[in-house]
Amino acid sequence: MEKNNLWELILGGIAYLSIVVALYLIFLVAPEERVMGIVQKIFYFHVPSAWVAFLAFFVVFIGSIMFLFKRDYYWDAVSLASAEIGVVFTTIVITTGPIWAKTVWNAWWTWDPKLTTAIIMWFIYLAYVVLRLAAGEEEKTARFAAIFGIIGFLDVPLVFAAGRWWQKTFHPIIFNNSNGGLDPAMKPAFFVSLFAFTILYFYFLVKSTKINLAQREINRLKDAVNEKIYG
Amino acid sequence: MTLIKSALAIVEKDLKAEFHSKEMLSVMLVFALIVLVIFNFAFDVKKQIVQDIFPGMIWITFYFSGLLGLNRSFFIEKNQDCLLGLMLAPVDRSVIFVGKMLSNFIFLLIIEILTLPLFFIFLNIALPQNLALFFLVLFLGSLGFVAIGTFLAALSVNTRASDILLPVLLFPVLIPVVLGSVAATKGIFLNMPITDWSIWLKILGVYDLLFIVVPFMLFEILLEV
Repeated sequence: MEKNNLWELILGGIAYLSIVVALYLIFLVAPEERVMGIVQKIFYFHVPSAWVAFLAFFVVFIGSIMFLFKRDYYWDAVSLASAEIGVVFTTIVITTGPIWAKTVWNAWWTWDPKLTTAIIMWFIYLAYVVLRLAAGEEEKTARFAAIFGIIGFLDVPLVFAAGRWWQKTFHPIIFNNSNGGLDPAMKPAFFVSLFAFTILYFYFLVKSTKINLAQREINRLKDAVNEKIYG
Repeated sequence: MTLIKSALAIVEKDLKAEFHSKEMLSVMLVFALIVLVIFNFAFDVKKQIVQDIFPGMIWITFYFSGLLGLNRSFFIEKNQDCLLGLMLAPVDRSVIFVGKMLSNFIFLLIIEILTLPLFFIFLNIALPQNLALFFLVLFLGSLGFVAIGTFLAALSVNTRASDILLPVLLFPVLIPVVLGSVAATKGIFLNMPITDWSIWLKILGVYDLLFIVVPFMLFEILLEV
């Protein structure tokens, strides 16, 4: 077996095992929240997804800078993979959020700064993916995507700041921040879940990067064949 | 100082070309006015709500009509490879960005100056007490919009999808400016104490600075051949 494949297998294995452990801890060990009840369990998926989404977009940012410096398509493949994974996890964040909020806050959506940031990030990286589809030649796609990857990530802190002040200026915070702390009995479930999601992200990243590189190779071969046949 | 001088040369060229045909400005102006009329019917603007929605209305109008100008600013350079000509000029390519940004800024300001009085008339709005602050917000909001907008217009016009891509790329990134300029304008028109909303001036300032400097640095890479 190739060395790369072994790494993939190990990552996948850890991801699989930690997800099983996390599910066990979440549903069978962690106590049910007194006020929110069963719906609080979403928290164990919602927060790690948000973390992974942010991590993914950070990797896009780093990958974009690396691509512009090194002009190595490996970094472009990493950025694309990470952006796509990030969009998927952001989608999880903005769908699980409302399900939880409807029961707890009795509103599907509030323009809370975190939610605002999540949905704007979703739009920015969707635009990133659309840009890649529409750019044209490969070199241009990679270069433009890298530029947008940098711009988009730099925008995120400003979106968060703006979202926060928007709420403070016009909508005084209604919901008390219950950040008081996670019950110690809930902590193992949460951290194992966080770990599982992170490993899962890296597994996806490795896999998807490989697919992107393979895709590039196929396109190159196709072009070569076309050249040979049609001159 | 050669940077500013050469950038101003591009501004001069753009202004001359535009005032020769007046194509783009007239379209932007008419579009801004029709948006104003559409808003009036779509929202059924009444006296009680006009104070609340007015800031959003003017900024959406400016951003939409500004978008037409942004698309146009690099689109015309595609014609007969004018952009290549600009790129071959013996100056930094970032100069093209600065020049285009300034001319877009001037065009947007012209539209704003022409349409604002009509907004006040059609919607029966009283002038804000602090006019200077209002102009400052107009300045900062428009600058942020044209800075990132010019850069992304240059990017999208060079893609296969060309101009239809720009709104999708631009508006998500623009959110802080939209929030900032609308909130600050609201603060001014509702006569809120400045301490309540001065944070927005800071956010706008930081945004403007960041998205002038970063595109300035990246523009060379954007226009690589």
